[in-house]
Amino acid sequence: MASRNNIWANLDWLTIGFYILLVFMGWINIYAAVFNEEHSSILDMSQRYGKQLIWIIAAFALAGVLILIDSKFYVSFAFPIYLATILMLVGVLLFGSEVKGAKSWFQIGGFAFQPAEVSKLATALALARFTSSYNFKIEKMQSIMVIGAILAIPVALIFLQNDTGSALVFAVFSLVLYREGLSGTILFLGVLVALVFILTLILQPLVTISLLTAAAIIIYYFINPKFLLALKAVAIAATIFMALWLSNTLLKLAIDTNKIILISAILASIIFTVYALRHRINQLLLIIGIYLMLVLMTFSVDYVFNNILELHQRARIEELLGIKSDPLGVGYNVNQSKIAIGSGGLAGKGFLNGTQTKFNFVPEQSTDFIFCTVGEEWGFIGTTSVILLFLGLLIRLIFLAERQRSVFSRVYGYSVACILFFHLTINIGMTIGLAPVIGIPLPFFSYGGSSLWSFTILLFIFLRLDASRMEKLSY
Amino acid sequence: MDKYAKRQYIIGVIFALIAIIFIVRLFSLQVLDSSYKKYATRNVLRPVINYPARGLIYDRNGDLLVYNKAAYDLLVTPREVSAFDTTQLCSILKISKDELVQELKKARKYSRYKPSVIVKQLSTEMYAMLQEKLYKYPGFFVQTRTLREYAHPIAAHMLGYVGEVNQSQINKDPYYAQGDYIGITGIERAYEKELRGHKGVSYFLVDVHNRLKGAYNEGKNDSAAVLGNNLTTTIDAKLQAYCELLMQNKRGAVVAIEPSTGEILCYFSGPDYDANLLVGRERSKNYQMLLADTLKPLTNRAISAAYSPGSTFKTINALIALEEGTITPQTTFVCGGPGTKPISCTHHHESPIDLVGGIRESCNPYFWNTFRSIIGNYPKAEDGYKKWREYVESFGLGQRLGTEFYGQSPGNIPQASYYDRFYGRHHWNALTVRSLAIGQGEVIVTPLQMANMAAVIANRGYYIDPHLVKSISDPDNNIHQLDFKRSDCMVHADKFEQVIEGMQEVIDQTNTRYTAHVDGIEICGKTGTIQNTHGADHSAFIAFAPKNNPKIAIAAYVENGVWGARYAAPIASLMIEKYLNDSIGAPNRLATEKRMIEANLLNPNQKK
Ligand SMILES: [Zn+2]
Repeated sequence: MASRNNIWANLDWLTIGFYILLVFMGWINIYAAVFNEEHSSILDMSQRYGKQLIWIIAAFALAGVLILIDSKFYVSFAFPIYLATILMLVGVLLFGSEVKGAKSWFQIGGFAFQPAEVSKLATALALARFTSSYNFKIEKMQSIMVIGAILAIPVALIFLQNDTGSALVFAVFSLVLYREGLSGTILFLGVLVALVFILTLILQPLVTISLLTAAAIIIYYFINPKFLLALKAVAIAATIFMALWLSNTLLKLAIDTNKIILISAILASIIFTVYALRHRINQLLLIIGIYLMLVLMTFSVDYVFNNILELHQRARIEELLGIKSDPLGVGYNVNQSKIAIGSGGLAGKGFLNGTQTKFNFVPEQSTDFIFCTVGEEWGFIGTTSVILLFLGLLIRLIFLAERQRSVFSRVYGYSVACILFFHLTINIGMTIGLAPVIGIPLPFFSYGGSSLWSFTILLFIFLRLDASRMEKLSY
Repeated sequence: MDKYAKRQYIIGVIFALIAIIFIVRLFSLQVLDSSYKKYATRNVLRPVINYPARGLIYDRNGDLLVYNKAAYDLLVTPREVSAFDTTQLCSILKISKDELVQELKKARKYSRYKPSVIVKQLSTEMYAMLQEKLYKYPGFFVQTRTLREYAHPIAAHMLGYVGEVNQSQINKDPYYAQGDYIGITGIERAYEKELRGHKGVSYFLVDVHNRLKGAYNEGKNDSAAVLGNNLTTTIDAKLQAYCELLMQNKRGAVVAIEPSTGEILCYFSGPDYDANLLVGRERSKNYQMLLADTLKPLTNRAISAAYSPGSTFKTINALIALEEGTITPQTTFVCGGPGTKPISCTHHHESPIDLVGGIRESCNPYFWNTFRSIIGNYPKAEDGYKKWREYVESFGLGQRLGTEFYGQSPGNIPQASYYDRFYGRHHWNALTVRSLAIGQGEVIVTPLQMANMAAVIANRGYYIDPHLVKSISDPDNNIHQLDFKRSDCMVHADKFEQVIEGMQEVIDQTNTRYTAHVDGIEICGKTGTIQNTHGADHSAFIAFAPKNNPKIAIAAYVENGVWGARYAAPIASLMIEKYLNDSIGAPNRLATEKRMIEANLLNPNQKK
C-alpha cells in the first residue's frame, strides 16, 4: 500500500503545473476584463477578480482534500454518486430557480449551485465504473443499452432544464467510448448526421440529396470498384428522377418538387435493395440503409429546426452558418468578440489596455467570452499560447490515461480529457465564429466558482487515481 | 491485451486538429486581417448620462416658483485624448492654457476611462461654437443637463438650493456619481428623492476622431431618464413676496400657517438672498460671498434662531392654569405697576385685574401669580414644574416640528433636572424660575414653533404638523396628496375663549391698535418684547385671524425692533390684511405699510 507521502510524490506535477498556470492566467484576464479604476487593486473583494481569487484558493484547498481521499472511494461510490446526481437533476426541475431562462440552479442562501456541472463528473464516474466491470463487452447489445441509459438520463433531465449547452457536452462521451472499442462507423455516422444537418440548412433539398446519392455511389465504388456498375447506378437514379419530374410537369400534377425528390430516392433505393439482395452484397445494403436514413433526415431537419429548437438557438445556428446575418442582433456577441480578438494583432494591446473588452462591448466578457480579453490584450501570441497550453494538458491527460492499469481509471481519464476538450472547443470556437454561441465556460479561465470548482474536482480525482495507479482497484 | 490502444493516437490527432484549426483561424483574424483593428477604432463606447430635469416647484395656487434651464458641460475622457490644438480650444472656452492643462491633469487623476467635467455650464454661444469644432478634440464631448431657475426672487430659504454631491453622499447612496446635483437645503433637500427623478444612460459609438457613429447595440442598453416629480408647496407666493418686501433691511423671521391644515403660507428668514445667486458658473463665488456676509443671509432664522418667546408666552401660561383649574377667567390678581415684587409690571393699569385684562395689559404680576398657582398645585415644586413642562410641550414647543426642516432647532424647555443641577435638588421653586412666567429665562423657541403655537390657539387646542409641501405629482400627472399628523394639546377647547378674548383686546384696545388693528378683521394677537443685551430689544408678535374660523396664524420676530407693537405687530397685521383682503385698504394702513417697508434696522443710520 502506498503511504500518504508517496501519494504526494506520485502526483503528476506536470498536469498540476498546467492547471495552476491556466487558473492564474484566467484570473489575470478576469482582472483585465472587469478592470475599473476605482477598484484597481486585484485583491478588491467587492470585484469579480477579488472573488475569483477566493474561489481559486478554495479550489486549491478542494484539490488538496481530493488528493487525501482514497482512490477506492470513487470506484465504490461511482454509482451512488451518479444516482445522487440524477436525484438532484430531478430536484432542480422541481425546486430550482431560473437563471437566464434555464431552470438549472439551486439557490441556497447566497450560494448558487448547478447540478448539471456535477452531472458530467458523475456520469464520467458511472461510465468508468460500468465499462470496467467484468461483464462489460462493447459488442454486446446489453452493454450498449446500459451505456445509452447512463448517458441518456442526465441528458434528458438537463434538456428539460432548458440548458442545451450543458446537455451537448455529453456528446463527447462518444469519443471516450470510441477509445474503449465503440465502432468507428458509429462515430463516423454521428459526424455524418451533424454534417447532413448543416448541409440541409444551407443547401436546397435537391442539392443535398444529389450529394448524398453521389456520395453513396462513390463509397460503393470504393468498396466494389466496377466503373460500369457505378455508371449504371447513376443512370438509374437520374432516370427515375427525370421520369417523375417530367410526368409531373407534363401532366400538371402539381406535386411538390421536394416530394418528387424523396419518391425518386426511395424508388432508387428499392431497386438497389432488390439488386443487393439478389447478389447478396451486404455492404451495399448497409450503404442503402444509411443513405435512406440520411435522406429521411434531410426532410426532418426543417421540422426539428423549426419546432424543436428554440428561437434563439435557431438564430445562433443561422448566424454561424451565414444563412442570416444580423451583426447587431444575434450575431452581435460574436461580431464584437471577433473585433476584440482581431484588433489584438500579433502581440496584443498590452495588459489592461484593451478597449473592446472594457465598456461591455463584449457581453459576458469575464465568463463565457473571457477568451476575447486574451485575444485583445495579448494578441495572437497570447491566444496561441493558451491553446497550446490546453493542448499540452489534453495530450498529457491522454498519456496519463493510457498508463493506467485499471480500465476504470483510464475511462475516467479519457472522460476528463474529452470534457475539457469539448468545453474549450465550443468556447473558443464561438468567440472566433467557428461554433454556435452556447453558453459554456472556458475551463479554469472563466469567472465563477461553480465552474472552476467542478473542473478542479474533475481533474484532481483523476490525478488522485493516477497517483495510486500501482494499487489494484478492487470492487 | 488492449486491441483499441492505437486509438489514443486518433483521439490525440483530433485534439491537435482542432487546436490547429483554431490557431489558423486566429492567425487570419489577428495577424492577416487588419479590418478588425479598424472596426475596433470605430468601436469606442461613450456612455452619456441622460440627466432628468428636476421636478418643478409650484406655490399653493399653482404659480410656478422653480423650473429648469438647459446647461452644457464640456467633458473629457482622458484615455481618448490625443494631441490637439490647445490654443484654439482655450480661445473658444475663454480660459487660459494653464487652466486647461490643470483641469486635464485633474481629470486624468480621477480616472483615465471615465469622463470628467472640464468646463461647467458653457454659454449657449460657446456651446454652438464648440459643437462645430468638437471633432478636432478627440476625447472631449458635451453633455446637456439642467440648472435651477427661479421665477421670483422669493422664498430662498424655503426652496433651498442644489449643489454637487460630495464624496460622503456618493458613498451613502450609490445612485449619485461625481458631478451630480443634490438638494442641499430647504425642500430641495427634504424632497430630493422626489425631485431628482432617475438618471438614464445612452451608449454611443464614436470613432477615434470623436465622430458619433450612432447608438450602441441599437440603443438596447440605453435607459431613458425619468423626470423628477413636481411639488406643490403650501406657500402663497404673493404673501411671501409681500412679507419679503415688508421685512427688507431687517433681521428676523416671519412664519404664517393655515391653522386648520398646518400648511405654511409664508416662510421667511431675513435677511435672505436671491436663490438665483446659487446657480450657474458664479455659484461658488456667490456662495463664498454669502457665507462671509456678517448678516448671515444663509442662516434660516425661521427654524434655527434661538429666541425667547417673551410676553407672547403668557397666553400659554394662562391656558395651562385654566386647564389645571388653578385660576378661572374670573380670578383676579393685584398689580402695583412698576416696582411690584417679585416681578415688576411695565406700566400702571386697573387693579385688581382678571384674565382678559391681564392678557390685554400683558401684566407681569398677573402671570407671575398664574405661574405660581400652576407650580403650587403640586406638593413639590419639581412635580408642578414637570406638569407645567408637559403642557408646554403639548403646544409643540421644545421639539422639532414636521419632517421637512433641516437644521431645525428644537428650541428649549428646560428639564426639571436642569434646575436640579443649577440650584441643587429641592433647592428651587416657582420663585426661582419666575422668569418663565413671562416668557423670559431659559425658554427658547423658534419662529416656526411660535407660529405653530399661534395655530394651536387659533384651533382651540390642536395643530397639524406644519409643512411646506401639499402634494407631489409624477410626470404622468398623478397627484399624491400628503398627509400630516394632528397633535392635540393638553388644554381643552373650552379653556381658550377668554384667552382669545384677551388677545383680541390687545389688538383693539391697547396702543397696539394704532399699528395692528384692521377694520373688518377680528385679529387676535399678543406682542412680546425680548430683552437683548447686545443692542435694542427684539420685537415679537403672534396672531391669528379671523377670530372665528381662523384662516391664518402668524409669528413675527424683528430683531432690534425695540418692542412688539413697533415692528412685529404691524408687519404681521399687514400680512394678515393682505392675505385675507388681498390688499391694504385704509390710508393709515398704507402709511404703516410704507413705514415698515422703509424701516432699515440693519444699519439705522443709513436710510434706504
Ligand atoms: Zn400689571
